[in-house]
Amino acid sequence: MSRIEELVKEQVKKHGRQRTSLMPILQAVVSSEHYLSEEAMMAIACELDLSTADVYGTATFYTFLDTTPRGKYVIRVCKTITCHMKGKDAVIEALEDMLKVKLGNTTSDRKFSLLQANCLGWCHKGPVMLVNDEIYPEITPEKAVKIIGGYLEKA
Amino acid sequence: MENKIKKVDLIFGKIDHLAIIDKSLQRTRDEIILDVIDSGLRGRGGAGFPTGLKWKFAKNEEADQKYVICNADEGEPGTFKDREILTQVPEKVLAGMALCGYCTGANEGYIYLRAEYNFLLPSLHEAIDAFHEELKARDFDFTIRICSGSGAYVCGEETALMESMEGKRGEPRNKPPFPTSSGYLGKPTSVNNVETLVFALMIAQEGPEQFKEMGTFDSRGSKVFSVSGDTPTPGIYELELGMTLEQFVEEFGDGDTKAVQVGGASGFCVARKDFKSTLIGFEGIPTGGSMMLFNSSRSMFNILNDYLEFMEEESCGQCTPCRVGCQQLLKGIEAVKKGIKPPAYLEELQKLSDTMRIASKCGLGQSVPNPFNSIIKNFREEIIY
Repeated sequence: MSRIEELVKEQVKKHGRQRTSLMPILQAVVSSEHYLSEEAMMAIACELDLSTADVYGTATFYTFLDTTPRGKYVIRVCKTITCHMKGKDAVIEALEDMLKVKLGNTTSDRKFSLLQANCLGWCHKGPVMLVNDEIYPEITPEKAVKIIGGYLEKA
Repeated sequence: MENKIKKVDLIFGKIDHLAIIDKSLQRTRDEIILDVIDSGLRGRGGAGFPTGLKWKFAKNEEADQKYVICNADEGEPGTFKDREILTQVPEKVLAGMALCGYCTGANEGYIYLRAEYNFLLPSLHEAIDAFHEELKARDFDFTIRICSGSGAYVCGEETALMESMEGKRGEPRNKPPFPTSSGYLGKPTSVNNVETLVFALMIAQEGPEQFKEMGTFDSRGSKVFSVSGDTPTPGIYELELGMTLEQFVEEFGDGDTKAVQVGGASGFCVARKDFKSTLIGFEGIPTGGSMMLFNSSRSMFNILNDYLEFMEEESCGQCTPCRVGCQQLLKGIEAVKKGIKPPAYLEELQKLSDTMRIASKCGLGQSVPNPFNSIIKNFREEIIY
């Protein structure tokens, strides 16, 4: 049994085989593998007795359920209205320079993905970014570089 | 009426939530529901359905299983108050859910939390565990679980939310049937916004009178507002309903406010000349709390462009008017801006947005015309030139 199949089996054991378990299982695989591979989706479909197309269709509906490989740390800079007004473009440029990666892409060492997200719910403290589940409000280009520098040391 | 906005502290004030549960369990379900109906409380997520009636419909259903859902999929641009409520007073939200469960006859509750708020999970789980212990001590059978979203704005629509909870694509269902008769897993379900549940709890504590005294005929009570944009004091404020936009801007504006977007990306843009005549509430312009202020340094084209980009990305794609409509409106204003299409093309686009209002399946597509038509009407020259 491959590592992915084992991971899926473990999650199925935890959440059960009913359809309502699909989202938690998909979320767990993304949080451990940083994306849903074909292999993972096939394994989930098999375990839950669904068609692979159904699993794929569900996964691709949700922005946070990536089906392309992402980095260990996914940076999502909010791009909606207030964060746009308050300077998210400069933050993104600074991070592009720092990580040597274009917006929407993943660094070649698979450590960081730099993405934009729709409203993260911190409009009074924009610009704001999420790094995996951690939130960083009221950032500036300098602050963002410093925060990601901290992750770089950990990564 | 005095020309001052009244600040209120019903939502964030600390109370003995367990005492309210104890008191409520001594009363009949009908008594509490009547109080909630009498208070005039309407859903605080934006749609504004009368909460007491929703609970009554769910209660009147015969079923072996019913559910309560707390809608914490707060995704409307400019809204961030539910996050603050869940951070500061989670126990009041949980008690509100238990109260709703008691009234409607549901013994299972779910919080549907948007993925962007996953950092709240540890503290929420802790609050839920403590609350479960208290309920057990009272022999009150009610359990709460959390379902996480995965980054889809449309899942804030209650039927899309339930599809998502069932492990499917978050595509809105046809209504009827309404969730109170056939909701999560086909069972009667009452879906309530985070803030609504806390207000219901406060009404169970204080009685309907205190709430009824505030606000206007159609918009009773107070409301938590999320204030952002060009303002010296961005943040979260609980205010009595019934104020005009002029009063609001006086309190929160930076002296140069040219427009306020009331109700987020799906709300209306009001220009300075209409501040005085615009009431914030169900008889004027309703809002789920989102208030974004723009001063004269802002390009309304960019703002409309941002809203449309947001809607175009978040449209679930299920129904054609919304899927294609959002794309065409976005392309259309860009074409007018670049001079590829004549200014009169905006009228064509408005016809399209009117069609979206009539023909879209859910609130997302139906409300795209709100920002579109109001910004085109008020700031036509900024869109063209």
